[in-house]
Amino acid sequence: MYRIVKKRVLNPTVSLMEIEAPAVARKAEPGQFIILRVDEEGERIPLTIADFDREKGTVTIIYQVVGATTEKLNHKEEGQFLQDFVGPLGRATETEGLKRVAVVGGGVGTAIAYPVAKKLHDVGCHVDLIVGFRNKDLVILEEEFKAASTNLIIGTDDGSYGKKALVTDLLKEQIEAGAKYDRVITIGPVIMMKFVCQLTKEYDIPTVVSMNPIMIDGTGMCGGCRLSVGGETKFACVDGPEFDGHKVDFDEAMARGAMYKDFERHAYEEACNLFKQEVK
Amino acid sequence: MANMRPDKNPMPHQDPQVRACNFNEVALGYTKEQAIDEAQRCLNCKHRPCVSGCPVQINIPEFIAKVAEGDFEGAYQIIAKDSALPAVCGRVCPQESQCEAKCVRGIKAEPVGIGRLERFVADWHNANATEKAVPPAPNGHKVAVIGSGPAGLTCAGDLARKGYEVTIFEALHLAGGVLVYGIPEFRLPKSIVQKEVDGLKALGVKVETNMVIGRAITIDELKEEFGFEAVFIGSGAGLPKFMNIPGENLKGVYSANEFLTRINLMKAYQEGADTPIQHSTKVAVVGGGNVAMDAARCAKRLGAEVYIVYRRSEAELPARAEEVEHAKEEGIIFKTLTNPTEILGYHPDDPRDPRNGSVAGIRCVEMELGEPDASGRRRPIVKQGSEFDIELDCVIMALGTSPNPLIKSTTEGLETEKWGGIIADENGLTSRENVYAGGDAVTGAATVILAMGAGKTAAKAIDETLSKK
Repeated sequence: MYRIVKKRVLNPTVSLMEIEAPAVARKAEPGQFIILRVDEEGERIPLTIADFDREKGTVTIIYQVVGATTEKLNHKEEGQFLQDFVGPLGRATETEGLKRVAVVGGGVGTAIAYPVAKKLHDVGCHVDLIVGFRNKDLVILEEEFKAASTNLIIGTDDGSYGKKALVTDLLKEQIEAGAKYDRVITIGPVIMMKFVCQLTKEYDIPTVVSMNPIMIDGTGMCGGCRLSVGGETKFACVDGPEFDGHKVDFDEAMARGAMYKDFERHAYEEACNLFKQEVK
Repeated sequence: MANMRPDKNPMPHQDPQVRACNFNEVALGYTKEQAIDEAQRCLNCKHRPCVSGCPVQINIPEFIAKVAEGDFEGAYQIIAKDSALPAVCGRVCPQESQCEAKCVRGIKAEPVGIGRLERFVADWHNANATEKAVPPAPNGHKVAVIGSGPAGLTCAGDLARKGYEVTIFEALHLAGGVLVYGIPEFRLPKSIVQKEVDGLKALGVKVETNMVIGRAITIDELKEEFGFEAVFIGSGAGLPKFMNIPGENLKGVYSANEFLTRINLMKAYQEGADTPIQHSTKVAVVGGGNVAMDAARCAKRLGAEVYIVYRRSEAELPARAEEVEHAKEEGIIFKTLTNPTEILGYHPDDPRDPRNGSVAGIRCVEMELGEPDASGRRRPIVKQGSEFDIELDCVIMALGTSPNPLIKSTTEGLETEKWGGIIADENGLTSRENVYAGGDAVTGAATVILAMGAGKTAAKAIDETLSKK
């Protein structure tokens, strides 16, 4: 069992949890992920590592309530325990030799972009951190982002905070203004990553995306997380989760991601009803 | 005088039509009377050919003699000397090509039902034995076992009985390896596996779940930082193979590993389970091994019409005859001499249509058998102009698995074959000092009993090396 050391609500649907998991914290690196189960009957869900503290032996995850499992997770409080927490899984982000990088995150994906930006910033790389949210209420981790970047650029879809622009527009502005990026790293909804990659391809900037597909074991056993990269089948859990964004088949990834949509919607409603009953 | 009845006592089974709708165990096991009657068919031959057919050399005639006397616990103790997992092996061992293949009674009629007797004895012990395992006095040596499948469990058990402090590291949240994620409940109830794991814990074996060796801890760290004097790698062959034909990444295409893991480990077949699985109407399982049969029979139980698509003829099916028989009884349709060339997708004009990117069918060609190939089996050749489509909504690829590269890629100096198998000598020793390996991680996908044999051999070698220290 893995204790929840800290829980912090970041916005109405996104929360942060710091979990006591020394074996994971020992080796965790930005870009890697964990798999957790909330309780004994729970499904296994992958979440990217948002932060870690080797001395305290803790790993931080940031999640958005999107379905039954994240709903159940969100009902856990500080001091309570998670059934299973395994990792670190996947390959770490490669940061060597990078001088200037744009890290582009969208929505809850910005939380995953954070440790990558932080690591790059720590080793002296010039980091333009471009983060996008639907509106002001959904903006998270602003202080952390500032500390992990050279330039923090925030955009919202409705202009209620920062600039009224999509992340692709903000990135384009930077490039047009003369920013010479060795690499763009983008993390967020698949559709956003797809458009970021279309843009960077025009400018011929190497681009890395972080994929978070459906998976079970996270060690290469099930193959459920497979995706097409440059016409080859890759497993996100062991070959990734980061891939060359100019080679990923995003449309296929989006279709595969929606495989259990009906089941998930149904399970989510059931879970919500269950918690409502408990409140009574 | 032996019972000269020519055929085995038949195994009582759940009715095929009933069992095709539930996940309860198919074979129900012998009664006491059936077991004694079957045991009396054994001739107790002097040269004991059956023993040479057993990868762990159980004293088969001795245990059968005890069963014939009605001393079931005595029979269990004889088996337990050589096998750590009799309740498992009695169910899943391919006895027809091992012990029973050598049985003298099998020359003129049916061999003695050795597997069925082994199962009876193990089940009897599990239901009736009362004495608790007592951990032996520790000998002061620490050994790490990677993977809790049949190889790892056997190796851990053998070493623990000799007083070693053994820790098993398992990547998943539950111990048992392929016995829990792969083999379905109706063939091997999970409570039996749990009982075996609990038995090891009672012997003092520690089981650390959620530990991915190679990521969380490397083999070198186990030895240098955590003080393990020897390491046994029993990480299995978990990497699924695909055919590399168009359409394999469509929604509704599963590896058999994924399909079976969702069902067996995650219990997706149960009402209200958190883990989803597609309930399909028509399914093709590609492949002809035991895993293909397991996947097909699971899909059937989820309510689908199920096809086995296999490129050779029925005679070449690698699955056990019994599994094929069971599958047929349950209504699985065999399309042999058939090979898929493409999985057809559903691509409506509106990309928001939820069926977008789903499986719509499978395109196949008919095959015929030519000259024998390297495997000794006749090579399947495509019949020109035989292309045809089957409409369906799910395809399960059961084409075999290869060893997971994670340990190889994180352990310097660990030599492997080109296809990924870890190279180990006859004692299970790898190219690294005090690092042993066995089971599917070495041989590629094989049987439970061969993995157990490898675990046993390595345990013996580890003991010989460490006890000299």
